[in-house]
Amino acid sequence: MAKVVVLGAGISGHTAVSYLSKALKKNHEVVMVSPNSNFQWLPSNIWVGVGLMTIDQVKFKLAPVYKKLGVDYKQAKAVSIHPEGNNENAKGFVKIEYVTEEEKGKEEIVTYDYLINATGPKLNFDATEGLGPHKFTQSVCTYDHAAHAWGKLQESLAKMENGERQTFVVGTGHALATCQGAAFEYILNIAFEIKKRNLMHLADLWWISNEYELGDFGMGGAYIKRNGYITPTKIFTESILKEYGIRWIKRAGVQKVEDGKIHYENLRGEYHTRDFDFAMLIPGFAGAGMKAFNKQNEDITSAVFVANGMMKVDADYTPKPYEEWSAKDWPSIYQSIKYDNIYAAGIAFAPPHGMSKPMQSPNGTKIFPTPPRTGMPSGVIGKIVAQNIIHAVKTGTMEHKHKASMAHMGAACIVSAGYGLFKGQAAVMTVNPIVPDWEKYPKWGRNINDTVGVVGTAGHWMKLFMHYMFLYKAKAKPFWWLIPE
Amino acid sequence: MTKITQNTVPYSNISYGTEPTKMVRFMRRCFIIQVFNFFKLNLKVMRIVVGGHS
Repeated sequence: MAKVVVLGAGISGHTAVSYLSKALKKNHEVVMVSPNSNFQWLPSNIWVGVGLMTIDQVKFKLAPVYKKLGVDYKQAKAVSIHPEGNNENAKGFVKIEYVTEEEKGKEEIVTYDYLINATGPKLNFDATEGLGPHKFTQSVCTYDHAAHAWGKLQESLAKMENGERQTFVVGTGHALATCQGAAFEYILNIAFEIKKRNLMHLADLWWISNEYELGDFGMGGAYIKRNGYITPTKIFTESILKEYGIRWIKRAGVQKVEDGKIHYENLRGEYHTRDFDFAMLIPGFAGAGMKAFNKQNEDITSAVFVANGMMKVDADYTPKPYEEWSAKDWPSIYQSIKYDNIYAAGIAFAPPHGMSKPMQSPNGTKIFPTPPRTGMPSGVIGKIVAQNIIHAVKTGTMEHKHKASMAHMGAACIVSAGYGLFKGQAAVMTVNPIVPDWEKYPKWGRNINDTVGVVGTAGHWMKLFMHYMFLYKAKAKPFWWLIPE
Repeated sequence: MTKITQNTVPYSNISYGTEPTKMVRFMRRCFIIQVFNFFKLNLKVMRIVVGGHS
């Protein structure tokens, strides 16, 4: 009997554990270790942040779902991994610490035959002074952050209704932050809600980003087919911001936030400030901060993880200049570089390099987006990692028949730009592959026939449709496995 | 969606962005066009997702 342990119940980990339990639960053991008691459908947090959905609409309890799936669910956080075991355990194991009220602080050793690290990002608010919902800015990275942001947004809307002018700043809160798409959605939704209340004359809306050009989105931008032209996403994004009355600051690395004031440095090395009444800034991401130890209990963290805590996998991590980056550098099976029975799925794997060209100010500050790995890629990676483990468990051979390199995988980004069945809008952007492959597609970097940039109500319907469809799938309701990632 | 003063200030960042015409705005909300787009885009996304991994 094999034992597969999954760390993290985000999109990637939850997808992996669902497929593992479907295939293995009868004869094998599947364990989920996650400090969260709820699954959250992250893309809909945007709507929680503007009061159009409640937190109960974007989350559900994990325990009943795992009970139904036959998964042994431990509400705990992983502290360290011991891939070689120790004197008492011949097998590799994970040391976990429970987080529930009843068992808070209790430690346990969970052995495994296969381990999937899908711990997702640590929201690194501390990397920017004054950043975060407990300090001076808001976040939509979790449902409770989004609900808090909505509370603050209501305060600003109330002030505007009393005739007070308000400045809104939304974007990236760290010079190397990613997830521009989520922040972009949020500012469009704020603009839509302000417009709906006829208060635009009292609003100053600012988009602040570490992108060299808007529309970079951490993937080096893209070219899309639009209205008979092949257009860079820079034009597409700037046009949408202009249409919604939003001004922008680009090439900006936020360094510090004070009450009502954002301090940032730009790529010219100049230091500026931007006043605000309401700000939502995405923090930098880091790994979960797990340690790794060998059989002699020596710290081998640096051999298993990169410096920011993401796990090293089957990628080419050789440092090389931007001009030599290749699509082949990207991993396809997400197997640990050091241990064959450990995998990293979703945000937990360390990318070999960025997709956006690294930029540095004359003061030496690196200001550029790091690569995004959320949503669709995370789900697909979780699925293929699970499929490869299922195959290994059933056949006893590790063949890795399933592959999903981000350099071969496409993605769709649906940027909500207003809610409502007939008045709602969203920008739908598709790219294929996610990582530009200039050898295969020398002209545009990607398959231009698969790229689209469309704004319209259809996009809003798609986002709504995906909200209900993926929550259905995540709840493991009948025939959930027929729904693609 | 809205006009802000800076939209028309020459050489400002925002002045270079394109803006949709009335016809484009109409098409973005035209029920028939959007129903067509909904199925077309879903099919495209499905094809990209399924084809992106083996």
